[in-house]
Amino acid sequence: MQQLFFLALAAIALISGVLVVFQTHPLRSALWLIVNFFAVAGLYLLAHAEFIAAIQIIVYAGAIMVLFLFVIMLLNLRRPEEAPPGYRLGQKLAAVALAALSAVVLVYGFFQAQIPLAKETTVSVGNTESIAQSLFTNYLLPFEVTSVLLLVAIVGAVILSKSKLK
Amino acid sequence: MTIAIPTFNLSSIGPWLTLTVAAILILLLDALSPKGRKAYFPQLSLIALAVAALQTWWLWGQSGTDFARMVFLDNFAFYFYLIVILGTTLTVLISRHYLEEWGKNLGEYYALLLFATVGMMLMAASNHLIMLFLGLEIMSIAIYVLAGLFREDARSNEAALKYLVLGAFSSAFLLFGMAFLYGATGGNLFIGELAGKIKEALPLTKPLTLLGLALLLVGFGFKVASVPFHMWTPDVYEGAPTSITAFMSVGVKAAAFAAFARIMFAAFPAFVLEWHMLLWVLAVATMTIGNVVAIAQTNIKRMLAYSSIAHAGYLLVALVAANQLGAVSIIYYLLAYTLMNVGAFGVVILVGRKKDSYLNIYDYAGLGFQHPVLAAAMSVFMFALAGIPPTAGFVGKFYIFSAAVQAGYIWLAIIGVMNSLVSVFYYLRITVLMYMRPAEADLGPIAFTPGLVAALIITCAGTILVGVFPGWFYDLAVASVKIFPAL
Repeated sequence: MQQLFFLALAAIALISGVLVVFQTHPLRSALWLIVNFFAVAGLYLLAHAEFIAAIQIIVYAGAIMVLFLFVIMLLNLRRPEEAPPGYRLGQKLAAVALAALSAVVLVYGFFQAQIPLAKETTVSVGNTESIAQSLFTNYLLPFEVTSVLLLVAIVGAVILSKSKLK
Repeated sequence: MTIAIPTFNLSSIGPWLTLTVAAILILLLDALSPKGRKAYFPQLSLIALAVAALQTWWLWGQSGTDFARMVFLDNFAFYFYLIVILGTTLTVLISRHYLEEWGKNLGEYYALLLFATVGMMLMAASNHLIMLFLGLEIMSIAIYVLAGLFREDARSNEAALKYLVLGAFSSAFLLFGMAFLYGATGGNLFIGELAGKIKEALPLTKPLTLLGLALLLVGFGFKVASVPFHMWTPDVYEGAPTSITAFMSVGVKAAAFAAFARIMFAAFPAFVLEWHMLLWVLAVATMTIGNVVAIAQTNIKRMLAYSSIAHAGYLLVALVAANQLGAVSIIYYLLAYTLMNVGAFGVVILVGRKKDSYLNIYDYAGLGFQHPVLAAAMSVFMFALAGIPPTAGFVGKFYIFSAAVQAGYIWLAIIGVMNSLVSVFYYLRITVLMYMRPAEADLGPIAFTPGLVAALIITCAGTILVGVFPGWFYDLAVASVKIFPAL
């Protein structure tokens, strides 16, 4: 049962991910990205990470995507009149070859690395309480440092977008 | 449920705290103080940097970890703290007049500069890959913004956008690599413990670890501007404000190499052959392409950008050598490079004037007759960058190539030396232009402001002193690489 759900969600995530890349209109890419976020959130749920799943939907599918859509609409992007310049054959071949190579390494690596996982001894691994526990103990410093990162991003956004700097 | 917060000692991140508090203070003062009374931000930044340097000096000699093993306390980190603080101090000194010319002497500039410094320190000291990533992002985001500070200037916009898009792309590579390592080590990302975990799981997870290692190399390769991840460098260095170009070329490079070296030395002894081979190729390509393409440049900022790529190549040679002398030479060379490169950019700012009107290398013709002292200083920096004694650049290169020979990489050393011979051409061309060509037009007055003069005196004297008396700096560096038992 669980495996069935996993396969379905993984397939949705993969297909929507591919569709994000292959759309010509950014709005459609963004909409497919939402589908992708939901599928990944489902995968998190299957891994007993309900907090991450909820955050994924609230923050990514909710806030960030709304922002994306707003920006796309404000920029009023239309279908490009002429096709964007293509890539040279050599570039295409190199890209495909490298992608295939890393895919092979990945598949091979994952088949070899069958580490016997602990059999779900704790169901509480991904829930809110245990995340809070590690966030305020072992990961206290990274948690605090993140606030500096956000402050830098805010200040930067203000500098680049404020109409008049004095 | 009770949560027991692990004990920690705030003084072990004292320098970060000082700079963060100073940056926030500058932002607040900027918002609260009336117009036209904001001239004191550079001084405030300098005071904060001095205090941070003092705190680092107090920390010197400590060892261990703090904050639930998140932060390394060791001399390797502290030496890089000092290098980064030096780079930022010099940047603050060369900034003010230049920014005033552009009407951009903003409080936010200094605040972001200090934040970026904090990010660099985090990279040098983090014991956990998540801390490393946070440091990298704090540094990078601050610098993306600073590169685009001149919003009216199309080239500055281009620089910021290019750096942001490619930088985010490379961060993704780095993060992806960390994710693979997380999987391969069974969920342990402490740099100090990675080596053991990787070795434990080696038979099962070799391909995954290798993939993680390769992706980490891509991420770091981008930040240190190594070939083939260097394409952004010339455009970003040319378009960014010159003071920020100086800051990027020394600060980002030092921080990225600190983290790079620590991870490679501490976490991957099980993969020594693999990463040596990869970095050998990267080092040769980086040195050669950087130096050869630099010859063709006529814009001084672009020339120094390619020179910076070439210097990343020399540092990669030291990384490949991976012996004690190699680690020492990375630290020593980054110190020397900070002095000589910021010095060179200081001269570029002085000669550039009027919103960077004079950036062509032929604008330097005749400088030796009209401003002999300035030309002499520029010559010192060019000699140092080319690696000619008695400057710090020579001693640094000497250490690097001896380390390569000691480690048995004879050909790498030979290619390196040949490359630095190539580099002599384009560095000395500036000197030749200054002294052996008449000025094409009257250069006009150059505004020698106190900050720039102080920066030039410090860098010029430093370049020579660190080169003539390398002993003390060398000993400090030896003391700080003792933490890598594998070397």
